Amino acid sequence: MLKKSIQPKNITYRTGRGLIMSEFFSALGQHAFLQTALLAGLLASIGCGVIGTFVVVKRIAFMAGGIAHSVLGGMGAALYYGVDPLLGALLAAILSALLIGAVRLLWKTQEDTLIGALWAIGMAIGILFIAKTPGYATDLMSFLFGNILLVPTRELWFMAALDLGLILTVALFYRQFLAITFDEEFARLRGVPVTFFYLLLLCLVAVTVVLLIQVVGLILVIALLTLPAAIAGHYVHSLGGMMLIATLLGGLFTSLGLGVSYGPDLPAGPTMILIAGGVYVLSALFSHALTRRRAWRRATAV
Amino acid sequence: MTEHAPMSNLSSKPAIQVQNLSFSYGESRVLEHVDLTITPGEFVGLVGPNAGGKSTLLKLILGLLEPQTGQIRVLGQTPRQAARRIGYVPQFPSFPRDFPISVEQVVAMGRLGIGSMLGWQRAADRDAARRALNEVEALDLARRRIGSLSGGQLQRVLLARALAGEPEILILDEPTANIDQRVETDVFDLLATLNQRLTILLVSHDIAFISGYVSRVACLNRTLTCHGTDAVDGETIRELYGSHVRLVAHHH
Repeated sequence: MLKKSIQPKNITYRTGRGLIMSEFFSALGQHAFLQTALLAGLLASIGCGVIGTFVVVKRIAFMAGGIAHSVLGGMGAALYYGVDPLLGALLAAILSALLIGAVRLLWKTQEDTLIGALWAIGMAIGILFIAKTPGYATDLMSFLFGNILLVPTRELWFMAALDLGLILTVALFYRQFLAITFDEEFARLRGVPVTFFYLLLLCLVAVTVVLLIQVVGLILVIALLTLPAAIAGHYVHSLGGMMLIATLLGGLFTSLGLGVSYGPDLPAGPTMILIAGGVYVLSALFSHALTRRRAWRRATAV
Repeated sequence: MTEHAPMSNLSSKPAIQVQNLSFSYGESRVLEHVDLTITPGEFVGLVGPNAGGKSTLLKLILGLLEPQTGQIRVLGQTPRQAARRIGYVPQFPSFPRDFPISVEQVVAMGRLGIGSMLGWQRAADRDAARRALNEVEALDLARRRIGSLSGGQLQRVLLARALAGEPEILILDEPTANIDQRVETDVFDLLATLNQRLTILLVSHDIAFISGYVSRVACLNRTLTCHGTDAVDGETIRELYGSHVRLVAHHH
């Protein structure tokens, strides 16, 4: 990695966290790749806040996991045929979202089995393609676990375009998405094309997965998709509020993860996930205690 | 309040017309040759034993299921075309109770399909939602979280959601199954008021209780066994449920 030649490892290990972060900030001013990485994290946070909220309240994390993992098939095929892997990932994610959506709508009884199978089949296809592509074996790790430091600047535009698409779609059809997430049967009675919007929501999940793969890789995507929204759900009780707070939290986790991992030369993706996971656990304990305390107060108030 | 004469100022077209309807879920036949005509302004109570096909008949009338044989017309249209002109109150809320949403937003969902498809809620929808909440005397709950309501409050809110779409027919599936009897009486008094402008079809297992409110009772056990305008007596109940049902008198 580029920064190894700039920054000797043994010095940073002995410094405290504050020094590591300040070192990150001074490096941020000097190195364009760090600025790009920071921006990539912030752009991914928008998707993770807006769509992650739907994933959490509609409880489709397992389906989102299926979509994320089967994306490897598309990335592998794109590498093999010499196409941009991100484009391959986008196509594969949308195809897999539609397949998984169709499974959920048509074979409800074996939903989990079939989604689990699609999950693994997609990965198997990807690994076969990558194995047959000369010279690309090292990229497998960055697909699986992400490498935010290697995001090329031009891809920021691609990510921004995906974000814009996500926000516009959700804003235009907010009431329909709310209705199908809250109560499918009632939405159907009110003439909302439930199947269409359900599949569209899964496609938006697919787009978000592609955004997040840049940052944390396809194995870790699911955590960044669900944890910020789940933490927001501990404190706010509106969908819009959850989206806003989850976006801010996503930005915080990716930036903090990048900053903390920079000094000790840790991989950024797993660092972000551990921070998000740690905050989630603390928040769950805290909000649980808060609820109990409120109930206790109410019970003893009279 | 026993007899409600059909309103003469409405068209003579039946509000709901079911003809020779049969329906099966896979192997088991749930409905057999059902004929039922409800005229505008009626308050019909649909009673029958569990698994007698009551909820299935409602789902067919709402267009959520397609009949295998027979025909259903709602306000002269197919059920799916007419669905937006019906207000539906389900037996069990088909949503998770911990969903982050306010009562007002839930009620405003009853306005979907009215006006433009795009964008956020409009002021007109918010007003209609508040009017509906006011009508069921639950305006004070508007800002509450849906998960924080009691059973009776939730029932009123679901009724408000059905009313927000300004329906012509109101269909309720066991609206009082999960609430205590004092609230039950309140709900039925409210329905009696609404019946002055709406046709109502209500499913209940509590035949004796509803007979004081409805204009007519239809009894369903796979097929329509009684369909009269007279008060339901012990004989019809025995016919419907078998012979070992104890009749408990309700007084209101």
